[in-house]
Amino acid sequence: MMYDLIIIGAGPAGITASVYAARKRLNFLVITKDIGGQTAWSGDIENYTGYQFITGSDLTAKFEEHMRRYNVELKENEDVIEVEKRGDTVYVKTTKAKYKTKTAIIASGKTSRELGVPGEKEFKNKGLTYCATCDAPLFLGKVVAVIGGGNSGLDATLQLIKIAKHIYLINITPKLTGDPIMQEKVMESSLVTVLNDTKVTAVVGDKMVNGIKIKKQGQDEKELLNVQGIFVEIGLMPNSQLAKGIEKNQWGEIKVDSYNRTNIPGIFAAGDVTDVPEKQIVIAAGEGSKAALGVFRYLNQLK
Amino acid sequence: MAKKVTIYSTPTCPFCIRTKQFLKENNIKFEEIDVSLDEAKAEEMIKKSGQMGVPVVDIDGEIIVGFDKDRLKETLGL
Repeated sequence: MMYDLIIIGAGPAGITASVYAARKRLNFLVITKDIGGQTAWSGDIENYTGYQFITGSDLTAKFEEHMRRYNVELKENEDVIEVEKRGDTVYVKTTKAKYKTKTAIIASGKTSRELGVPGEKEFKNKGLTYCATCDAPLFLGKVVAVIGGGNSGLDATLQLIKIAKHIYLINITPKLTGDPIMQEKVMESSLVTVLNDTKVTAVVGDKMVNGIKIKKQGQDEKELLNVQGIFVEIGLMPNSQLAKGIEKNQWGEIKVDSYNRTNIPGIFAAGDVTDVPEKQIVIAAGEGSKAALGVFRYLNQLK
Repeated sequence: MAKKVTIYSTPTCPFCIRTKQFLKENNIKFEEIDVSLDEAKAEEMIKKSGQMGVPVVDIDGEIIVGFDKDRLKETLGL
């Protein structure tokens, strides 16, 4: 079975691409780990045109409803490992199967950046979390650490001020980098200890997290903080490892031209996984539509 | 007999909301526990699932962590 198109990812970019592909009557497949991507994780959204206010969950439900209206062939809970073009065929390999297609749109988005220290994987969801919005309420009266001095780190800290007993804000740079207005709020709280110039070296625990090892810049000795919760908020990384032989920029984002073409003819990319500036839901959706129309044009030229 | 379904969640967690939406769409009755308000229930959830992420769904003793549509469908026989 040879598809016209395989869309990888079902966030705003992938879903919009699927709507356009369906309306062009392409023979296509959507493969995705989940529906909504980062939109599903978002709290309140007030800048998606047409909705003055909508929650991330509600917008995700709307996206899904729109896609399903077209009876799209959808493989959920399936991770794409590799996308590679050999000859005239694009091969898409997943955790479950292998597929062949004439074209592909990579819309695999971004995920939370990991610390890359010992203990991180072992204690994920056992005191260590990447979603403060989800899990913060479970740390009532506990001592916790937030890693990251940018906006998401400050946001997590501000959420935790109302919940935790004490918060260590661990920041690798000499100063906090998030918005000044948030920094002021964090500094005002007596519950927060800011540790600048400080690196995390390990996550430790028994069944659950019970500590974090840190090291101050320029010092040799490591310090152990006793914490029961660790919130990792050090930004996002593009899910671009799957793209074989495809050009990326220094941050690992897939390079695309203004028609969403990568350096490999027939492989397109859209949304947060690309080097298109500004990561926004409305932009990802627009890019998804451009990519699908680009694919349609490309397929017509093949005939 | 209908299976007993309990969901442990927090009000702010997007995948808790999606899980509850999914259950409602499929006319599954469930008991909802807000672990941000009830520390003892939070402990119970951690003990049952061996981890601290929400949502946790308990279907007649079978524990499902996260919004796992496939496993929910399978366990509920949908």
